[in-house]
Order: sequence, then structure tokens, then C-alpha cells
Amino acid sequence: MTVTFPQKGLPWLLLLPQLLVTAIFFLWPAGQALEQAFYQEDAFGLSREFVGFENFVYLFTDPLYYQSILTTLVFSFSVAIAGMSIALLLAVMADRVIRGKLTYQTLLIWPYAVAPALAGVLWWILFDPSMGPIALWLESAGVDWNHYLNGNQAMILVIIASTWKQISYNFLFFLAGLQAVPRSLIEAASIDGASPFKRFWTIVFPLLSPTTFFLLVVNLVYAFFETFGVIDATTKGGPGQSTNTLVYKVFEDGFIGLDLGGSAAQSVVLMGIVGLMTVIQFRFIERKVQYS
Amino acid sequence: MSKRKLSTLFLGVSLASTGFAATEIEWWHAMGGANGEKVNDIAAVFNESQDAYDVKPVYKGNYTETMTSAIAAFRAKQQPAIVQVFEVGTASMMAAKGAIYPVHQLMSDSDQPFDESTYLSAVTGYYTSNEGKMLSMPFNSSTPVLYYNKNLFKKAGITQVPKTWQEVESAAKKLQMSDVSCGFTTAWQSWVQLENFSSRHNVPFASLDNGFGGLKTELSFNGPLQVAHIKKMGEWQKNGVFSYSGRTNDGAAKFYSQECAMFTESSAGYAGIKRSAKFDFGVAELPYWAGKVKEPFNTIIGGASLWVLQGHSKEEYKGVASFLSFLSRADVQADWHQFSGYLPITHAAYDLTKNQGYYEANIGTETGVIQMTTGTPTANTKGLRLGNFVQIRGAIDEALESVLSGDVDAQTALDTAVKRGNTLLRKFERTND
Repeated sequence: MTVTFPQKGLPWLLLLPQLLVTAIFFLWPAGQALEQAFYQEDAFGLSREFVGFENFVYLFTDPLYYQSILTTLVFSFSVAIAGMSIALLLAVMADRVIRGKLTYQTLLIWPYAVAPALAGVLWWILFDPSMGPIALWLESAGVDWNHYLNGNQAMILVIIASTWKQISYNFLFFLAGLQAVPRSLIEAASIDGASPFKRFWTIVFPLLSPTTFFLLVVNLVYAFFETFGVIDATTKGGPGQSTNTLVYKVFEDGFIGLDLGGSAAQSVVLMGIVGLMTVIQFRFIERKVQYS
Repeated sequence: MSKRKLSTLFLGVSLASTGFAATEIEWWHAMGGANGEKVNDIAAVFNESQDAYDVKPVYKGNYTETMTSAIAAFRAKQQPAIVQVFEVGTASMMAAKGAIYPVHQLMSDSDQPFDESTYLSAVTGYYTSNEGKMLSMPFNSSTPVLYYNKNLFKKAGITQVPKTWQEVESAAKKLQMSDVSCGFTTAWQSWVQLENFSSRHNVPFASLDNGFGGLKTELSFNGPLQVAHIKKMGEWQKNGVFSYSGRTNDGAAKFYSQECAMFTESSAGYAGIKRSAKFDFGVAELPYWAGKVKEPFNTIIGGASLWVLQGHSKEEYKGVASFLSFLSRADVQADWHQFSGYLPITHAAYDLTKNQGYYEANIGTETGVIQMTTGTPTANTKGLRLGNFVQIRGAIDEALESVLSGDVDAQTALDTAVKRGNTLLRKFERTND
């Protein structure tokens, strides 16, 4: 259904605010980053030298950069998959509940309102090796928890903190998606003798696929970019390089290390990676999505 | 009233009121907690003593955050007049010739009396150009010392204060037998256990006089003595003699809670420890390895200095110069030194504190000064002047963490840090030659 406007200029006028916002807050900084990636500049901005592709060459010959890419992939997919699975489980359970449905829904949505940095600090304290309740419980169960030194444990911590927040968001969408599944289909299947498990996987889940696909894209973008706050408030990329995701590395090399050219090159590559990932998702995974 | 009379009245009032406005001078610093309150007091005293200038201290976070903010502000043309930059940022600041206003030049341009010989040479050496001209004003210089819990020592039957690392180890073992799980922890591990460690034993940290000789310097802290010490720290992390507490000074919490009986930390931690330690504590010199050095050498300074940034009015700079003179007054320095544990930066302040009998009344507060002025400084003990050092310290911290977690052996870890650090030094050389 297309909408037609009588005046030729009106559509443009209506789009103008959004176009301006996109231009000022995305195109302009992205353009500057692209330009800065080709220069080496001193910290104070007093002089700059054109170095061509040198910043990029340095990036791709740096084993730490590849390590960061791997770290980011592990982190992002863990956050996306864990976040979506747990949210789906909770949504299915919340959908079946009759009494207190609103209470469950409200409580499950609250974590979304917590700022990323605060969510990080919250879990940081819970897992503190000296006094955190969860860490002390783990010690009593024989697990030696110390995320100050153990890179894998630090990674688990930031995954938990990032996922916790995102579960609420996913839960909302899954719940709405579940409620859009026609009851008649499920009833027909149960009359035919299908178990709840089979009913879910053969009917409900395929009908949820548009939601699942959408959430996968959103969760991956979230894990790539919006988790900066969690990492900055807690591990700051450490110990070692274990939680140094690509977006954190951009910040650390640019603002702490004051290497603006290298940091700009990294942000250009990061933009490329996420763009590529989104294209792949739309081209290959969307085929499997069944829109009604 | 007629329109003309009203506007004349407003004009007159606004002109008159500009005469009363003091020139505002912004001072960005990284002094939080007790020291931050003291900084505000110092500024308030200066402001009340005259009405031409108004110094406004602004707390910007930790040292890294303060320096990063100042640089970002400079790029946006919003920089403060004075910024407190930690010692590892010295090389970066020195190289930014168009951004800084060297202190010796500021003082002479503003006709302020300024005699560099009144300052302790161990401190000023760090901030002086190769031509002997002071580029920034030392404000808070510290050196690492050993704080120890007297109550826990008594309980464990330790009668002698440890002087060497061997003694620290045996004290820790005794403490473990009296149920103290951790012997010692450290703050600023790179600064204390590698940079100052090298100076204490008179071994080089980097070539060309630890970087004083020029931008072509290369790192050399992966020598046998440093490797042996870091290897030992890895063993101690495993058997509880040492407990790692992060890269900055989070170890204080373990010392206050009496989880760890000893704490190698800056002499400037004194104010915080005095406030928060609910037990008797002592201050001793930073340990050294007996047998590896006949007499331990002086330690190097940490802390920060005040840099003046370009881009302000001449009137403001007059105020800055006047404030810097105020800060260097013997009474102001002595008071700051006694409160914070930072070292007195002038001979006059040191003498004044001695004459006041402060050191006798407060045992352990002179430790840092004595330790820093021990003997004659050598090329290895004057300090460090390395570009991109914030990032280099990050590489060092990662290497040390990999040893403490048992993942990498000490030699490989330090070699890796040297390699990464040298790449950063070459980058710095390239952008600043």
C-alpha cells in the first residue's frame, strides 16, 4: 500500500528532521573517522601526517587485533544466544501463567531500565572474590573464583552482566510474538496428538521466526556496541586482553593510548564487520524466516 | 524613568560590576577523597588572600582520565589553565610544544621570582628539560614504601620490620601460621614492582638513561634481576605470600580489612590509611633483595606535576604564576606534605617540617623523603622519560597478570611487554620528532 502526497516537497520536509539527525550524528562522525584513519596525529592535534593505509596494515599485522576479533565474536554470540534462549524460555512460561501474569511481566522487564554501567557494577560486586555473595558461594562449592586474574572468569562475568539486561528486551518481543500465534493452530495440533514439546518446535517456533530473526540482529548489534558501558565499568578490557572487545579497544587505543589514527582505523573496520554481518544475516537467514 | 536614563543606568552598573570580577583560573586535578578536600582548601586560602584571581579546582577523575580530558579539551579549545598530569605523562606533555607553556618561561614572563635550586633535585630532575629548564611545577611527588600492620605482626611474633624481600617472605610465612591468609599486596604493580624495583637495585629500565637521553630509547626491563623478581611474585601469588589486587590501588581495601598484613603503596597513601586503618600501622622503606645490591639505591618519584596550557589571556597567566608561587611556599608545602604523605618538594618545606618536630611525632612519615634522597642518583635512578607510557604500562600490567595467573613464565611475559612497548616508543618517536 503506497501513500501518495499531493505536493512534491512535503515528503522531503517530513523526512528532513530524521535525515538531519542521521547526517549530523552518523554520517559526519563516520566521515571524520574514515578521514582520520589515514593520518597519524599527535595527541594534542598540533600536527598530522598522511600515512595512507599504514594504520590498517598495522592493525592486520597485530596478533592482538585478531585476538580482539575472536574475543568479540565469542562474547557477542554468547550474549545473543544466551539472552535469546533464556528470554524465550521465560516468555513461554509467562505465556502459560494465568495468575499474576502482569506481576511476572513487570518484574522481568525491569532490568532493561538499568544503565549498562550499573548492571556491570552490580554483577561485579556480586562476584567480588573477597566479599561477593556469589563468589563466596562458589568458593564453598570448590570453585576458585577470581576474575581479577582469570580471563575466562572475567569474560563469563561480563557476559552475564550484558545478557541480564538484554533478557528483558528479548522477553518483551517473544511474549508479543507468542501471543500472536493463533490458538486454533495449537488446538488442532493437540487434537492430532502432538506433545507440547512437538507443538512448540513444529508450530510455535517457526511462527516466531520473524521475531527471532529481528532479535538476533538487534542482540548482535547490542553486544558489539552497547556493551561498552559494562566493560568500562568493570574489567576495562582485562585481565590481560581477555575482555578487550573491538568496541572497547577502539576507546582504549584512541582515548587512553592517544593513538587517534589507529583507533579511527579500528572503528572503520568495526563498522565494516557489523555491516557485513547484518548483510549476511539478511541474505541467508532471512530466507528461512516465515512471514505470514 | 525615561528609556535613555534606564539604559545608562544599566550600562553603568554592568561596567562597575566587571571591576569586581576576579579572573577565574581553572585547575583540573585528579586528587580524590581526603587529598581532594585538601586541594580545595589550598585554593580557598589562596583565593581569600587576594581578590584579583580566583582559582577553581575541578576534580576530573583518576590521573588517566584527567590527562585524557585535558587533551580532549585542548583539541576542542576548552582547555583549563592548569592541569595535573601524572609522571608517566611527562614525555607526552614535554613533546607537545605548541600546547604547553613551560613553567620557567611563565614565571619569567610574569615577573615572578623563581629559583630552581630551592627545589629537591630528585623531584625536579624528572620535570626538567635536557637544558636544565623546569617545564612543569612539581606539586605532589611520592615514592613507594611498605606499610605494615603492627597488630598482626605482634600476633604472629614478628619483632623486626622487614627490610629485604627475603624478610618479607619469611614474615608472610609467619603470618600465615597465625591465620593471616595474605602476606602482602601491592598498589600500582608496574610502578612499584618493576619501575621502582629497577631503580632500587640500580638496573636500567630503558636505554639512553631510561629515556632521558632521547626518543630513540628502547626498553630493557626484561633483565635477569627483574625476571627473577617477577617469577618470585608468581610463586608468591600461588602460596599466599602475595595477593594481587588489580592494577591501581584497590589493594588498600585488603590492607584496611586486615586480609593482607603488608602493603607496598605510594607514600601518598598515608592520608587514606590513617583515616581508614582501624589498627596500628608502620611505614618502612621499600624492600630490596639482599645480596643483589650492596646498599639499596634511591627510589623514583610517582605522583604528578602541574602543567600550564597555552591559549589563555596574559592576565590569567599572571594569576597562574602567582598561584604557583603560592603553592611553593614553605608553609603551604609543609602542610600539604604532612597531610597527604606526598613529599615536600622544596628544601625549605622539608626543613620547616623537621623544625616543627613533625617527623618525631609521626614515626614513619619521613621514610619516603629519606628513601628518595638516599645516596647519589645514577642514570638508572633519576626516573623515566618514555613516550606513550600509559599504553606501555598497560602492556606491562598484562604481562605481570599473565605471570600471576600462572599462564606465562616471567621471561616470556617480560620479553613480550618489551616488544610491545618498543613498538609504542617507535610510534611516539615518529609522531614527535
